[in-house]
Amino acid sequence: MNKEKPRHPVEQFLRMDRMPHIWCPGCGIGTVVTSFTEALRKGEMDLDKVCVVSGIGCTGRVAGYIKLDSFHTTHGRAVPFATGLKLGNPELNVVVFSGDGDIVGIGGNHFIHAARRNMDLTIIVVNNFNYAMTGGQVAATTPIEANASTSPYGNFEYPFSIPYLAEASGATYVARWTALHIRRITKSIQEAMAKPGFSVVEVITPCVTLYGRRNRLGDGLNILKYYYDQSEIQHNADPRNINISYQGKLIVGKFVDKEKPTFLDAMNQHLNKVLGDDYQKYGKIREDQQ
Amino acid sequence: MTEIRFSGYGGQGIIRCAMIAGKAFSVVEGKHTTMTQSFGPEARGGACSSQLVASDERVLYPYITKPEVLVCMSQEAYEKYEPNLRENGTLIIDKDLVKPNSQKRKIYSVPATRFAEELGNRIIANLVMMGFFTAITQFVSPESMKKALPGLVPDRYLDLNYKAFDKGYEYGLKVLEEEKKS
Amino acid sequence: MKKNKADPKGVLTGTHFLDGDFSLAEGALAAGCRFFGGYPITPSTETAERFSERIPRVGGVFIQMEDELGTMAVLIGASWAGKKAMSVTSGPGFSLMMENLGLACMLETPLVLANVQRGGPSTGLPTLTGQQDMMQARWGSHGDYEIIAISPDSPQECFDFTIEAFNLSEKYRVPVLVMTDECVGHMHEKVVIPPAEEIEVSERKLYKGPKDQYLPFKPDKDGIPPMVKAGDGYQFHVTGLTHDERGYPVINAECQDWCVRHLVDKIKNNADDIIQIEEDQTDSAEVVVVSYGISSRVAVRAVNKARKEGLKVGNLRLITVWPFPEKRIRKLAKDVKAFVFPEINYGQVVHELERCAGGQCKVVGVPHMGGGVHNPDDIYKVIKEAAK
Repeated sequence: MNKEKPRHPVEQFLRMDRMPHIWCPGCGIGTVVTSFTEALRKGEMDLDKVCVVSGIGCTGRVAGYIKLDSFHTTHGRAVPFATGLKLGNPELNVVVFSGDGDIVGIGGNHFIHAARRNMDLTIIVVNNFNYAMTGGQVAATTPIEANASTSPYGNFEYPFSIPYLAEASGATYVARWTALHIRRITKSIQEAMAKPGFSVVEVITPCVTLYGRRNRLGDGLNILKYYYDQSEIQHNADPRNINISYQGKLIVGKFVDKEKPTFLDAMNQHLNKVLGDDYQKYGKIREDQQ
Repeated sequence: MTEIRFSGYGGQGIIRCAMIAGKAFSVVEGKHTTMTQSFGPEARGGACSSQLVASDERVLYPYITKPEVLVCMSQEAYEKYEPNLRENGTLIIDKDLVKPNSQKRKIYSVPATRFAEELGNRIIANLVMMGFFTAITQFVSPESMKKALPGLVPDRYLDLNYKAFDKGYEYGLKVLEEEKKS
Repeated sequence: MKKNKADPKGVLTGTHFLDGDFSLAEGALAAGCRFFGGYPITPSTETAERFSERIPRVGGVFIQMEDELGTMAVLIGASWAGKKAMSVTSGPGFSLMMENLGLACMLETPLVLANVQRGGPSTGLPTLTGQQDMMQARWGSHGDYEIIAISPDSPQECFDFTIEAFNLSEKYRVPVLVMTDECVGHMHEKVVIPPAEEIEVSERKLYKGPKDQYLPFKPDKDGIPPMVKAGDGYQFHVTGLTHDERGYPVINAECQDWCVRHLVDKIKNNADDIIQIEEDQTDSAEVVVVSYGISSRVAVRAVNKARKEGLKVGNLRLITVWPFPEKRIRKLAKDVKAFVFPEINYGQVVHELERCAGGQCKVVGVPHMGGGVHNPDDIYKVIKEAAK
C-alpha cells in the first residue's frame, strides 16, 4: 500500500508545517484565506511572482501561513513594504493581506497615499470592527454604539467606511463582502489581482471571541450567518452611502471598477514624454499603456 | 588661505557667486575651496550670505572667521556683515543698492544691478559683480571663472552670463586704473 | 564576497564642485543603487532632489513617500525585490525610521540610510549642524541588534563612503548608516568621481541550492545567510517576530537567544573587517584626540597648534563609529595620558570611549551643543589641560 493521504486542495498554498494556525474557532479570517487560495488556483498566474505582505494583528498572521514569498512586517507598514516590492520588481503581483486596524488605523496614511498613486497592489482588508490580537479594543472601523474593551460604554467616534475611503483616495477597484460570500470574495480577489492598479477587497468577518461576544452577536456560525443575512448586494452603489451602522444593514458588492494608469504606467509615460530617448524605461510596459 | 564672503538678499544669486568662484579655484585651478552658505527659513528676501575658504592645501576649518573680502549686494547684508570684515579687508558693493555709512575703509563699488538691467535682465547682476570681483581681487583668472560657469548657469543663458561677467570685469579694470592714476 | 566594477551608467566620472548631499546621491548611483524612497527634510533634501533628477536617465525608481515610517518600509520591500535601496533623512525623520530600521535588522536586509544631522532635540535647528543622533544610530530602534555607521567629513567622503556603505550592507546583510551632518551636507567642495572601472562594488550573496531547501536565516560559514529575491520561486517567509533559520516565528527563549546572538555576532565577529580608523602620531602620543565626521577636520587644526608647542598629540579619527573600535582603544588607553573627544553634542560617543578606556587614562569630552562646529581653540585648550 503506497497510497498517499488525500490532500485538501488548499494545502498546496499553505505552509502545512505551520499548522495548526492561531485563529479562534469560528474566526472569519480562515474563510477569507480559503477564498484567496481558491483565487490563486483559478487564476492563471505565475505563482512564483505572487507575494503576500501582512502587517500586524490576527489577519497579519496570514503571510506566515501562505506558501508563497510572504512577508510579515510591522504594524501598519504592509502597504509601503508592498510598494517597495512592486517597484523593486514590477513583475511581481503583490497582495497585502491584513486587518482593518493595520490597514486603515495605524496604516491609514499609507493606504490613502498608495491609493492616490494608484500603486498596482491588491489589498485584502479583513474587517472585524476591532483590534482583536490585543483583546478587542475600539478601532477606526467600530460602528457607533458598538462595545469594545476600550469603549466599554459603547463607541461614540465616527468610523471609517473602507470602500468610501478607498474610492475617495483613488482606488480603481473596490468591493465589499461578508465572510460567507465565499465565491464572490474569490471572484473579487481574482479580479483585483488581475487588475493593474490599487484594488481593495473588504471582507466583513466575525470576531467570535471579542467583538462578537461583547456585542452579543452569538457564536461563530451564527455571526457569520448574521452578517450574511444583514447584507444586501448593491453593485455600483455610491461608496458615500454605504456606511456601516451598529447592527444595521451591510451593503456589499463591487462598487468601483475603473481604468486609470498605475504609478509605474504614469511614471513611464510622463518621463518618456518629458525626457524622450534619455529616459530609461522601467519594468515591462503593458501593451495598452505603450 | 583666503576667506571671502558674498552677501545680499535671497534671490540675487549670492550662493551661486560663491559656487562659481569656488569651482573656478578648486576644480578649474586645481586648488582647494570649501563653500558654505547661511540662510534663514525664508526663500526670498532676508539677508543671505555665502562663504568661501580658499587654500593651496586642504581646508580643515570649513567656516570663515574674519574674511578679507566682503561682497555686499544689499544694505541689510552690508550692515550685518561689514563689521566682521578684516581691518585691511576689501569691501566690494553694488553702488546703487548699498549706501556705506562709514568711509573709513577703501570701498570698491560697481552698479552691478543697473548694468545687468542694461544688458536685459537684472538676474545676471551677480555675474556683473563676479566680473568686478575678479578684476579687483585677482582671486582667480577671468578665464578660470568663465570655465566654471557651464553647469552653474542654464546653458541657454551662458552667453548672457559671459557678457555680464565681461562687463563687470572691464569696469573693474577701469576702476583699478583710475585708482593707480589718483 | 563578489566584487564587480561599477555600472558606468550610474557613474558621473569627472571633477565636480558638489555639496555633501549631492555627493551622497552620486555615491549611491555609483554603488548601483537604483531605488530611492524618501521624505523631504532639511538639511538632507538635496540628496533626494539629486537622485530624482538623475535616476530617470540611469534606470530605476525614485518615490517620495508619505512619511519616514513608510520610507523605511518601502526600502526593505525594494531590497527584497533585489534592488540596492537608499534613503536620506535628518533627526525628526530618523526618529520615525527607527521602527522599520529594526525590521531591516531583524530581516537582515541590506539598505543604506544617510542621516544629515541637525541640532536637536525635536525640531531643533533644521538648518544648522549637529552630531546629536550618534547614540540613536546605535540604539535607536528597540531591542538588541548591531548596526554599522560610518561618518564622512567632506563631500568627497560622502561619495566614497556611500559606496562603502552599500558594499558593507550587501556583505553583512545589515542596514548601514552614513552619519553625516548639515555642515558637510551643505558644504561645496571638489569631488573627484573616478571612472566606473576603478570603483569596486559588492554584490549580494545569493543562495544557489535547491529551491525547496532555502532557509532565509541559515548562516553560511562566514556567519552571513545568503539571500534570494522575491519572485524567484523560493516561497520563503520572513517575519519581524523572533524566528528560526526557516524564517518561521518561534516565540520562546531558546529561539530568541539564537536570533539575537546571530544578529549581533555577525557584526561583532567581523569587527576587524568592518572597522576603519585613521591614526596620526598616536604611537608616541601623550594625548590622543578622538573624533569623527566634520569634528575631525576641526580637531586637526587644534592638534597642529598643540604640536607646534611641543605637545605630543595623536589623532585618531573614527571612519566607522559603530561598531566602535574597542580593541584599539583598549590598547591605546594603556599608553596615553588622556583621550580628548570633541563632538557636536553634549557628550555621546565619548561614553563609549570612556567604557573602552576602562579607567586606564583620562577621557575628556569637548562638548559643542550644535549650530556650528567647534572653535579649534576650544579643543586646543582641552588638549593642553589634558597633557598636564
